[in-house]
Amino acid sequence: MDQELSAGTDVLVIGGGAAALSAAIAAREKGARVILLECSPKHFRGGNSRHTRNMRLAHETQFAPYTGAYPEAEMWENYLKATGGEGDLELAKMVVGGSSSILAWMQTHGVRFQPALAGTLHLGRTNAWFLGGGKAMVNALFRSAERLGVQVRYDAEVVGLDVRAGRFRSAAVRIEGKTVCVPAQAVVVAAGGFQSNLAWLRQAWGPAADNFLIRGAPFDTGTLLKLLLDHGAESVGDPTQAHMVPIDARSPKFDGGIVTRLDCVTLGIVVNKNGERYYDEGEDFWPMRYAIWGRLVAQQPDQISYVFIDSKTLDRFMPSVFPPVEGRTIAEVAEKFNLPVDKVVATVEEFNRAVRPGTFDHTIQDDCRTEGLTPSKSHWALRIDEPPFYGYPLRPGLTFTYYGVKIDRNAAVIFKDGRPAANIFAAGEIMAGNILPKGYIGGIGLVIGNVFGRIAGEQAAVLSRGAERKAAV
Amino acid sequence: MDKELLAQGENLMRICNSCRYCEGFCAVWRAMEYRREFPAGDLNYLANLCHDCQECYYACQYAPPHEWDINPPLTFARMRTRSYEQYAWPAPLAAAFRSNGAVAALVTALACVLFQFGVVIFQGISALSTPVPGGDFYQVASHGALVTVFGLAALFSLAALAVGFVRFCRDIGETPFDLFSPSNLKVTLAETLRLDYLDNAGWGCSYPGEESSSLRRWLHHLTFYGFLLCFAATSVAAVYAYVFGWPAPYDYLSLPVVLGTLGGIGLLVGPAGLLILKRRRNREITDAGQIGMDTAFLALLLLASATGLLLLVARETYAMGTLLVVHLGVVMGLFLTFPYGKFVHGIYRFAAIAKFALERKRKQVLGA
Ligand SMILES: Cc1cc2nc3c(=O)[nH]c(=O)nc-3n(C[C@H](O)[C@H](O)[C@H](O)COP(=O)(O)OP(=O)(O)OC[C@H]3O[C@@H](n4cnc5c(N)ncnc54)[C@H](O)[C@@H]3O)c2cc1C
Repeated sequence: MDQELSAGTDVLVIGGGAAALSAAIAAREKGARVILLECSPKHFRGGNSRHTRNMRLAHETQFAPYTGAYPEAEMWENYLKATGGEGDLELAKMVVGGSSSILAWMQTHGVRFQPALAGTLHLGRTNAWFLGGGKAMVNALFRSAERLGVQVRYDAEVVGLDVRAGRFRSAAVRIEGKTVCVPAQAVVVAAGGFQSNLAWLRQAWGPAADNFLIRGAPFDTGTLLKLLLDHGAESVGDPTQAHMVPIDARSPKFDGGIVTRLDCVTLGIVVNKNGERYYDEGEDFWPMRYAIWGRLVAQQPDQISYVFIDSKTLDRFMPSVFPPVEGRTIAEVAEKFNLPVDKVVATVEEFNRAVRPGTFDHTIQDDCRTEGLTPSKSHWALRIDEPPFYGYPLRPGLTFTYYGVKIDRNAAVIFKDGRPAANIFAAGEIMAGNILPKGYIGGIGLVIGNVFGRIAGEQAAVLSRGAERKAAV
Repeated sequence: MDKELLAQGENLMRICNSCRYCEGFCAVWRAMEYRREFPAGDLNYLANLCHDCQECYYACQYAPPHEWDINPPLTFARMRTRSYEQYAWPAPLAAAFRSNGAVAALVTALACVLFQFGVVIFQGISALSTPVPGGDFYQVASHGALVTVFGLAALFSLAALAVGFVRFCRDIGETPFDLFSPSNLKVTLAETLRLDYLDNAGWGCSYPGEESSSLRRWLHHLTFYGFLLCFAATSVAAVYAYVFGWPAPYDYLSLPVVLGTLGGIGLLVGPAGLLILKRRRNREITDAGQIGMDTAFLALLLLASATGLLLLVARETYAMGTLLVVHLGVVMGLFLTFPYGKFVHGIYRFAAIAKFALERKRKQVLGA
């Protein structure tokens, strides 16, 4: 095996998520010999991609699995609104424009789709859902890649890059306890963000980072991002920008995935560890606000918060993985959380007094709101007064970091002097910051990975074949 | 169900119900979404609704070695066997599910020996090795004796199956009348006879390995319809004998023999294929305690068919007597273990599919 690796290849793909697989397949289909290195064991292959569920794809007409048309122009509007237009608009246009070809591309490679999941019907028009979720998608792409002849290696961590005068020569790979040097004509780096590198998070966020939970793979440690930056690649974004949502504080440190999310903030009130409310829980629909709440919780003392609801609302949101903490009184729940009981009780009473009568409707921005309360709750404000009472603890859950390397239209990594690298390409989370300096719209992460993964793979293949021809002359 | 398994099932459903990525695979996941609590009866319903297609296992980001160890096919398989025991009648025979392979083998062997004794005692030992012109097996084992012995066995099995069935319906909180009202029966039959939940919109199931394939569904069809054809053959033969007074054996091209032969071929190829697939299946999803039960049922079907076809071919030779004894023994073994083996999966799953059809209808009514 060592010999096969050290013999080298045309295109080396680093990473095993959707971006890497898109690149590997595209390069192989262009005729290049491809090796893909995934640092995780086979069972955990696919990085964050194995936790995903859908992709936001433009489509001018309605067809399965969508419930309606989602024109490119509308997706572009959504993108601009979510990011404030601060990203690289040329690259962003390529993402939105390229999105419409992804469904068929994925289907060709064995990925299956289904209509939106129950409870997420609002995304049925804009997003295509994987049957079985992201791991099923990753499995299909691995199968297709291997069938096409891509050589896949698991437990293969890239620990070094040999880059000289802006040219990639080889990668150093830890595999079976040894370090092997793998030369290639071109490299596609699709090794994800650095969200599971706790030391790096601490450097960016300070000690608060110790209380973050990482929703995805523990393997996305940003080793490749660091290597590229050390070799003089230009960075985009800043290390504190990330997709962050409030999740159940009882979740595991890594890999808790989708089930740890809590969708009941808009139905109750949220207090910090001092028992104080600090933000309008009913400002907007939850899908519009959950990414804000991740940061809000991160800014609270000890990066923790608690959501309180009562029995009226217990069944009105998607069930979550941990059972709520239950009590006959608010005080009982507060005590179980070790919160200042009197303060929490006072906060709830104060909130209850401020709630104005209205007609509750969770599907619209209804007229149930508070009056004379700071901060106010603008919609869905119902008194919390029907025992039993329930609470969930919240922590910031980090989805992925935006800080990355700058790329050009060909997915080539750009150096600090502004020149693109000759044979180094990047795709996926590691370059998502070009398009998402901040903000997020659900289902665009994979689209960025696929669009630029395919471009990177094709460019790398063309380049490596050109190099071969030159060598043959 | 024991406490530990119950807790495991609840835990599984709590995690799955907050993920729902598998919603599009089979009925289990939609039925799960109708609920937030998972008491024992509901778990038994879901476990029996699971067709073991295993797609969800490979799709699951929480499957082992993830710390949550989510393994729906395996958990459901364990719950299913426990539920079979729970519904068994008479209760002490539930123990037969535990070492089912041995039990089925023993019962079958015993049946063979008893038939042999019977033939030797009533017809003399030479009946076992003397060719009979025209292959008239009633000269080896009399018609009356066969009808009596098999009739009694069938009655007993039917009674046991019926009790189990009623117990299952009660456990999942439905009456047979609701489950099998004409309109609900229609939907249920269609989904059952097509094996919709092994089909996954044409992709099949992740069996025996990760890659989806329709092979298992087709082999199950061969087995199931082979079984039905054999049943039809016997029924037609009974009509011939009792209504028209035409005694067996029948011509090679007669209806009972043609039906029986076709069914027999199905019961050869189907179970043989399923046994081969079973050997190749992923051990991580296999309930080791259930291999005996699965194998015993398939092996008995295969043997019943093989000995039946052999008997047909060799009915005019000196081997007929012995073949007949073995065939009767195997069929008797099959009959007696129907209520205490893998066969019961069919009736409980049928009822579970019926309940799922009913639940969908109730949802629609509520939603309207
Ligand atoms: C819970 C959750 C749900 C999400 N849902 C969605 C969704 O529905 N839709 C959507 O579009 N996005 C979603 N996202 C975001 C999405 O996961 C990412 O945008 C996308 O998967 C990025 O793909 P990638 O290939 O760049 O990175 P990843 O999928 O993370 O892949 C990175 C790969 O690189 C490998 N790697 C890392 N370091 C090395 C190394 N040194 N050597 C070798 N290999 C290495 C990793 O093992 C991994 O295989 C979700 C994220 C999470 C956490």
